Amino acid sequence: MKNIKILTLVLTVSLMVFNCSNDDDNIKTTTIDFSGTYTQEDQMGRPAVNTVFNASADKDAFNVTIPSAQNAAFQSKFETNLLALSPAYANGGMNALGQDVAAFTGLLATDVLNVSLDGTTTFFDGVAANTLSGRALADDVITVELLLIFGGEDFTENPGLSNDNVDANDKAFFTSFPYLASPH
Amino acid sequence: MKNLKRVLGLGVVAIASYFIVAADHIDAPEVAGGNSDITDFYAFQGENTDNLVFVANLQGLLSPANTGAATFNENVLVEFNIDTDQDNVEDLVIQAIPRNGKMYFFGPVTPSQTGLNSNIQTNATAGGIVDITAYGDAANISTNGGMSFFAGPRDDPFFMDFAQYSEIIAGNATSFNMPGADTFAGSNVMSIVVEVPKSMIGGSGKINTWVESKRK
Repeated sequence: MKNIKILTLVLTVSLMVFNCSNDDDNIKTTTIDFSGTYTQEDQMGRPAVNTVFNASADKDAFNVTIPSAQNAAFQSKFETNLLALSPAYANGGMNALGQDVAAFTGLLATDVLNVSLDGTTTFFDGVAANTLSGRALADDVITVELLLIFGGEDFTENPGLSNDNVDANDKAFFTSFPYLASPH
Repeated sequence: MKNLKRVLGLGVVAIASYFIVAADHIDAPEVAGGNSDITDFYAFQGENTDNLVFVANLQGLLSPANTGAATFNENVLVEFNIDTDQDNVEDLVIQAIPRNGKMYFFGPVTPSQTGLNSNIQTNATAGGIVDITAYGDAANISTNGGMSFFAGPRDDPFFMDFAQYSEIIAGNATSFNMPGADTFAGSNVMSIVVEVPKSMIGGSGKINTWVESKRK
């Protein structure tokens, strides 16, 4: 029944929009057209994954590879690119999550955002149990990713590359819906 | 550091193309197809902790002068995907599609097909409609069935010294600056925000989510 309610709502709104036009006695022109097939152009799970870990030749393909097929198609490429990008993974080096290059790129290659429905939601807040439990607006995701890329086992390696030193947004967020700040 | 510099220098060969790739986030809206470019995706617990909030941002680096002319394209569907059983295949979707100055939301609903092609799930038993907020106006918010909806221009919540990152990748710098400079400060995006009761997307445990843009 709710189904019908929404359809009715759609029709009602469309009638309100169009009932000043000359076509308002033709029901077909007053129905909003939601038909057709929509084909994927872009997708995103975690921040900056396609930006940082894919070469341009792979970027379009990554955007139209379903997440369940991304690991097989891209993990080895991510691993090659990460080893080229960061010395922190050379010679069996690991990140602060205890992941070597294969494990870290294995996590990232499937580009979905893991989200907890049971409490805190953050990319990383320093509490191990909260790691990758969502992405909040104020999360400094780039510094977290830089630390995981360059920071080594204890976040102390390559300090000049492990923090972009931009730690917060330029406008304050709202605590209530819609949360994002008004435009500049 | 010398060794590191050499490693980074080698990296440049493999990743010089990252400029082009990275420009996806900061694509100018005038570029053809720019209205389907996703800049960011967020998922977090709402002010009401029984709810989860999804945010999709499109059309990055809108200057204040250009924001008033930015629009959602009626041929571009934005789809939030929710995997509730850890196989990275969507079990539920929330679709957002603009028509005549309003954003229509369908779902959470089981999609008629998973993957790269979608039809608008007009069979959805959940959803809502909100007037797209005009630049300069107070945010229009609507609610229906425990869900909340917003669509319109917002400050870009993303922050990063992207310019210095590019210099490092290019081999022109060996470290970030202190302090850094937020490349995205003062710029806007086109945002879609939907808040949904957790009970409608799995209730408890972990979900996997991602956002897609799809064109008719």
